[in-house]
Amino acid sequence: MGPERLIEEFEKGFSGETVEASRDGKDFILVIRPEALLRVMGSLKEDPFFYRLLLDLTCVDFRRDASSFEMVYHLFSLETGRRIRVKVRLPADAPSIDSVAGLWRNANWLEREVYDMFGIVFIGHPDLKRILMYDGFEGFPLRKDYPLRRRQPKADKGNAI
Amino acid sequence: MTLESRSEQNSMLLNLGPSHPAMHGTVRIMVELEGERILNSEVEIGYLHRGFEKTCENRTYFTLLPYTDRLNYVSPLINNTGYALAMEKLLGIEAPERAQYIRILMCELSRISDHLTSVAAMGMDCGAFTVFLYMMKAREYLWDVIEFTTGARMTASYIRIGGVRADLHPDYRSALEKAVRETRKVLKDVHGLLDGNKIFLDRTKGLGALTKEEAVSYGWTGPCLRSTGVCYDVRKSRPYLVYDRIDFDVPLGANGDNYDRYMVRMMEIDQSLRIVEQAAAALSPRAPFAARNLRPIDPSEAIRLSRHQRAVGPVRLSPNLEGSEKEVYGEIQTADRRWTLPPKEDTYTTMEGLISHFLFFMPGRGIRPPKGEVYFSVEGGNGELGYYIVSDGTDRPYRLHLRAPCFHIVSALERLIEGRFVADVIPTFGSLNMIGGELDR
Repeated sequence: MGPERLIEEFEKGFSGETVEASRDGKDFILVIRPEALLRVMGSLKEDPFFYRLLLDLTCVDFRRDASSFEMVYHLFSLETGRRIRVKVRLPADAPSIDSVAGLWRNANWLEREVYDMFGIVFIGHPDLKRILMYDGFEGFPLRKDYPLRRRQPKADKGNAI
Repeated sequence: MTLESRSEQNSMLLNLGPSHPAMHGTVRIMVELEGERILNSEVEIGYLHRGFEKTCENRTYFTLLPYTDRLNYVSPLINNTGYALAMEKLLGIEAPERAQYIRILMCELSRISDHLTSVAAMGMDCGAFTVFLYMMKAREYLWDVIEFTTGARMTASYIRIGGVRADLHPDYRSALEKAVRETRKVLKDVHGLLDGNKIFLDRTKGLGALTKEEAVSYGWTGPCLRSTGVCYDVRKSRPYLVYDRIDFDVPLGANGDNYDRYMVRMMEIDQSLRIVEQAAAALSPRAPFAARNLRPIDPSEAIRLSRHQRAVGPVRLSPNLEGSEKEVYGEIQTADRRWTLPPKEDTYTTMEGLISHFLFFMPGRGIRPPKGEVYFSVEGGNGELGYYIVSDGTDRPYRLHLRAPCFHIVSALERLIEGRFVADVIPTFGSLNMIGGELDR
């Protein structure tokens, strides 16, 4: 399917849910509304798009300029060799979004990482807890208001096993 | 400890790692056992988390390069290449052809050493210490070539935005030929030692198997995905550098078990050696100064002369800068001077060179890409190594995220060892080639 057809399909299939659709060479960029995430992701996985590989899932802290967090999903289609970047903007206070762990298994760890680093809550995630930082760590290190040199020594020497 | 017991009967909790020789880095696997069978497990990562992404947001685009070396520390040159190519896409520039071939040569040497390390460790996990020693020996010959070119064995920071730091050494070919010869010999020996070895086969054949669909669902890429039979190689499906001009095959497995992962890696080493030979054929060695009847002058002399006139002839640079002389600059660095370090000769002898050197390093100056975002990925030792960079127009990345292939692969480990024996955990884990630096960032 040609790129123009795909853009049309996006607009037809996700009308009302797409905020923006653009192209980056061979690839596409979609900005969608948060409520539509599961529906859009579910149909991107299937015919006619076949974006079956969740390459990456991350977050950007845009609270300074746009007062929002931006979730960024990268999908890849093994059939066509195309990538797509799906972005969702979340409100700065109490950001939360549906979990895609039911669609892709690697989303489990990826969403735990985003929760760990940005404090985004994933609704429906099977086991949402920190992954890289330890339990009891305070704050979310990749948020822009977390100071670069803040130290949090693990002060539980008394009950070391 | 968060592992919940699934069994009604007396099960035992066993803690593997985080600091254990079989864990290849620092990772903790908690297993719940009934007898020797694994009922349930949980993998805990993060012991090597250094805050790579946060650090990069606070470094300039030029000075964050050494941090990328420390991700997959067995193949740092591929990490450098991924970052440089992502930046080049963001800046809209391209490295000259010679630099691209040098990058391919260096990437493939790194890939071979990555695969060698992985297979060596996996062999050792099964008790094949000879394999480990043979492969480490071959890796040393490969790293000799890398050291000859970059000056460092591991943390090279050699691939730069817009090109490479220096040209190849005039005598690089003899070292390369030796490395290729020795690696081929070791491959043959290792095939002989492992392919039909009962101890090895018992711990690899049919163990840790994943189907195509599951592998895709776990986001696997690289040799692990190809071992299940899915043909996806970034070098083929989204060719970067000049990989489209090079002839090589993508080896595939069928069962996605430990044995296929071993086999795919071994066959990929073979293919990488082919690529190395093709890249080397395209790279004529640089003639040394003596052969060109040039007499380089000392920097102090050049500075003295430059007070009266423009410097003529080459300046003798320190051995650390060998290969980055001004006359080879055009072949190894992009022509757009805004994004590259000015040649050292200019910095020493001309006012403009000195000014552009200072401007390159001054806070708030240097490389300032336009506002925007970019995702670029290369085929790393473990799979698709992607950089997602968001630029806000300043000299530091607003956000830099690494897609670490290891992260996705290790996330499937719990699934791979479920229902198996404790002794199967070690070779299964070894076959995944977990690299802590990349996994935990």
